[in-house]
Amino acid sequence: MSNCWGNIWSVAKRELSGTISSPVAYVFVVIFLLLSSFFTFMIGGFFERGQASLISFFGWHPWLYLFLVPAVGMRMWAEERRSGTIELLFTLPITTWQAIAGKFLAYLVIIAVALLLTFPVWITVNYLGAPDNGVILASYIGSLLLGASYLAVTSFTSALTRNQVVSFILAVVICLFLILCGWPPVLNLLNRVAGQGFVDLVAAFSFMTHFENIQRGVLDLRDIVFFASVIVFFLFATHAVLRARRAG
Amino acid sequence: MIKVKDLKKNFGTKAAVDGVSFDVAKGEILGFLGPNGAGKSTTMRMITGFIPPSSGEARVGDFDVEKHPVEAKRLIGYLPENAPCYSDMTVSGFLKFCGEARGLRGPKLRDAVDRAIATCFLEPVVHQSIDTLSKGYRHRTCLAQSILHDPPVLVLDEPTDGLDPNQKHEVRSLIRRMGKDKAIVFSTHILEEVEAVCTRAIIIDRGRIVANGTPDELKARAAGAGTVVLRAADRGGAALRPFLEKLEGCSKVEIIAEQPAALRLHPKDANGAEALAARAHELAAREKWKLVELRIEEGRLDDVFRSITLPDSAPRLKS
Repeated sequence: MSNCWGNIWSVAKRELSGTISSPVAYVFVVIFLLLSSFFTFMIGGFFERGQASLISFFGWHPWLYLFLVPAVGMRMWAEERRSGTIELLFTLPITTWQAIAGKFLAYLVIIAVALLLTFPVWITVNYLGAPDNGVILASYIGSLLLGASYLAVTSFTSALTRNQVVSFILAVVICLFLILCGWPPVLNLLNRVAGQGFVDLVAAFSFMTHFENIQRGVLDLRDIVFFASVIVFFLFATHAVLRARRAG
Repeated sequence: MIKVKDLKKNFGTKAAVDGVSFDVAKGEILGFLGPNGAGKSTTMRMITGFIPPSSGEARVGDFDVEKHPVEAKRLIGYLPENAPCYSDMTVSGFLKFCGEARGLRGPKLRDAVDRAIATCFLEPVVHQSIDTLSKGYRHRTCLAQSILHDPPVLVLDEPTDGLDPNQKHEVRSLIRRMGKDKAIVFSTHILEEVEAVCTRAIIIDRGRIVANGTPDELKARAAGAGTVVLRAADRGGAALRPFLEKLEGCSKVEIIAEQPAALRLHPKDANGAEALAARAHELAAREKWKLVELRIEEGRLDDVFRSITLPDSAPRLKS
């Protein structure tokens, strides 16, 4: 398996070159930057808070990713299937896992670039006050993990269909469910009909619960394991779907 | 190099490929013929490991395609039907990706890409984006991808589809040249192509192999193959018939056209056509017929193809 990473890297490079030569990646990055600044400063009340923290910045990420990540990732497998290039990809001497990992990494790089380009926000808050940069770093890591989880969901829904719109809608719905199951109004609602144990179980599956933990600056192993297992689960599901569709 | 044993593929309850077996050795060019939907592409997809067989096995080199897919795929160059390419890449970018995915790096990769570009006449479009290419160029770009790593096994699904006559000619001579030291399977609808290129042809219909042999063997199975056709400008068919029927070694005379006369002579035994033609020529000279044509019918692949794949409405095969 010496050229395993070589294969993953060639697939990732191809996917990146494909998204870079089309407007998809630029639109994603630019819209992410515009919207995240807008929400942070205009709606999140960054200045009114009077706190040297980026809570109002990271708090919006689950919602921004909800639309942007499925939009950028929906072509991942659907496009290959529509244009027939999947037949080329899967007759090359690479394994299905290498192809999945390569594509996943390519889109993860785009998300990471978008996140890195938010550095002016970090500079602003450091200029205005003395924030806890450890918390900010943890939040950045949490945000990337969150984006990666959405991406794994999108990879799965994209493998399901050759129609990008269907893939987008399915990904949004699954991600929305994983966000909302930790939202206080939903938990309160559940509290009325079920016991605390059940509510805690549902809340444990929420992106929000885990992302908020990380945002407080606590990089707890449990939260990292949660995101990692969501990613691994949906990549496995992608593999299962691709195998099943291969068999016809 | 390619060994296919009792390969079957069912889609739902429909058997797309129903027990296909054949071997292709190094130096052989196998033509794969059949009507649309006969199972040609499905068979090729199973050989290249894109879809798994329902039963049976395909081996490439020493590897079972299902059990050792990566090793088997390394030996194969594959041109899928309709020649799909990543349309958002340039020609050279696309070929570089395919080379890298096949483990070529550095100067080796550059040489392979340059060679494939030269072989497939892609120089004018190297830096062009694939979605701006004409169908012929796109097709050849995908073909270039399949020969990039100089594979010992080539599987080409309709390699000349959508090309103009000059390009078809180029691709055929390319296949013939490469066939000397590779095992090649290619599918086509064009029968002259099989005669021009293949060392062996298989006709497949409704998922089964219905004929397997050299193009000459297949042609010999056509209805009129091995008969002598004679045309004379100045006589009527009925007038000539009694003379010809008396010829030694002639079993039957058919009149194809009355005026000007065209007749078909059936020899008594299968190898008697040449002797019969010689005697017919002597006879014509003696009787001073104005002979305009005298030939031994070779049989046409078209007829064989039609008679095998449309058994009800076509001329019957010789047994």
